[in-house]
Amino acid sequence: MLIRRAADIKSSEITDEQIYQGRRAFLRTGSGLALAAAAGAAFPGLMLPREAAARVELLNVNKNPGFSTEESPNSFKDITRYNNFYEFGTGKEDPARHAHSLKTDPWTVRVEGEVEKPADYQLEDLVRESQLEERIYRLRCVEAWSMVIPWVGIPLGTLIKRLKPTSKARYVEFTTLHDPQQMPGQKRAVLDWPYVEGLRMDEAMHPLTLLAVGLYGKVLPNQNGAPIRLVVPWKYGFKSIKSIVRIRFTETMPSTTWNLAGPGEYGFYANVNPEVDHPRWSQNRERRIGEFLKRKTAMFNSYQEQVAGLYAGMDLRRNF
Amino acid sequence: MMQPTLKPVLIKPLVFIACLLPLALGIWDGLTDQLGANPIEEITHRTGDWTLRLLLITLAATPARRLFGWSWPLRVRRMLGLYSFFYACLHVLTYFVLDQFFDWGEILKDIIKRPYITIGFTAFVLLIPLAVTSTNAMMRRLGRRWGQLHQLVYVIAVLGVLHYFWLVKADYLLPLIHAAILLALLLVRVRYQRQALSRQRTVSQTP
Repeated sequence: MLIRRAADIKSSEITDEQIYQGRRAFLRTGSGLALAAAAGAAFPGLMLPREAAARVELLNVNKNPGFSTEESPNSFKDITRYNNFYEFGTGKEDPARHAHSLKTDPWTVRVEGEVEKPADYQLEDLVRESQLEERIYRLRCVEAWSMVIPWVGIPLGTLIKRLKPTSKARYVEFTTLHDPQQMPGQKRAVLDWPYVEGLRMDEAMHPLTLLAVGLYGKVLPNQNGAPIRLVVPWKYGFKSIKSIVRIRFTETMPSTTWNLAGPGEYGFYANVNPEVDHPRWSQNRERRIGEFLKRKTAMFNSYQEQVAGLYAGMDLRRNF
Repeated sequence: MMQPTLKPVLIKPLVFIACLLPLALGIWDGLTDQLGANPIEEITHRTGDWTLRLLLITLAATPARRLFGWSWPLRVRRMLGLYSFFYACLHVLTYFVLDQFFDWGEILKDIIKRPYITIGFTAFVLLIPLAVTSTNAMMRRLGRRWGQLHQLVYVIAVLGVLHYFWLVKADYLLPLIHAAILLALLLVRVRYQRQALSRQRTVSQTP
């Protein structure tokens, strides 16, 4: 059986399993996830909830404390039940309720534009299991709440190097799946679907920028952007696009979804910045989920030391 | 219609209890950890929702009599209006205490800088004189001016719906539904006002 519960496995077994299963193991655990989700939907009374489905271990994950915060992560329940993923509804709990309709296996990502190796890639050809690492990052939403999340993934930079962008490539554009059957929130034009986000090339190559496929050591739950999503910890959460189906290298700055929806509210850069207010939310404080009192927001979400150099000489009030 | 079978004495206590249910449910959900990962946000939303809903229900009492001949809503209209004010108080208190924790500097900046808070806060302030003058004694004391003062409720309702519109990020469906209901309730009044005017005119024109 492919569905393994964390409590049932000894660490020694995990190693065996990994050699035995080879490089497609990662994807097959993904299909186990779908199976369990289907079972949960068919027999809700059996208490086979999506949480159980998500408890599929990712093998061969290296901890990367050098890139991780020491703050204690939010609970699995809070991370998976409270988030924005408008493709499944605009309520914070809608993604957890509706994302089971998303089919994440097989998953193809189209790579195109200014790149030497444009092609349709299967997920497991993009993300090599042997490179997976865990990084505990702060996440700051533009709505002034925040979390600490233990992601599992690979640095985007290592993938970009493999894809070999041409010298013309100055930006990377990402696109989310557009399929109202699988993503019921897309049946209404709440946003201009599909969701598009982008980074400048140096931001994309930054060692902190992560392509995540897992959470808490397990396969990424659908509601958190399965099977593959971006994580850019020094930017507001909406930059970290979910369920990616296309990566395009471009010469010009991509038009991004939230920027189109509200140009005065959501900039292309969207760096966490307590000095620059959003018209709706003061950005100098935030509520960490699970805490009562608000805390001060730090420049670049406390990643200033690592990323401030990317924006040297830029007016962050204009380039918000 | 159900109205004739309902004992008139029961209407007030029934509405009183019904209006307390959202609060009771909220307290229950709070005690059983069912307010989600961000309970303060959830409480803010729920109290705001019920303020606006009860305000619209209050405004529906007159059209209900005009359109369906129901008179019982008019007998609970004051209670409904006061309950709307009650939930508005909880909404504002949630913001002052739970959300901002008495950070008056931050609160003042919010009220001045953010249009949706400016509007929402204005609507709340305007509700206060209406609640204060809701007693029979005040009605008698103010006489004709009481009616004029309570016309403010229309301004408050418009501000309340605008407040809702302005705070939503992208999905305007629910604010639009509220706006449509408010518009319908106002249009009914405009129609009757016109009819009343033309009736007056015909009366005064008859020799």
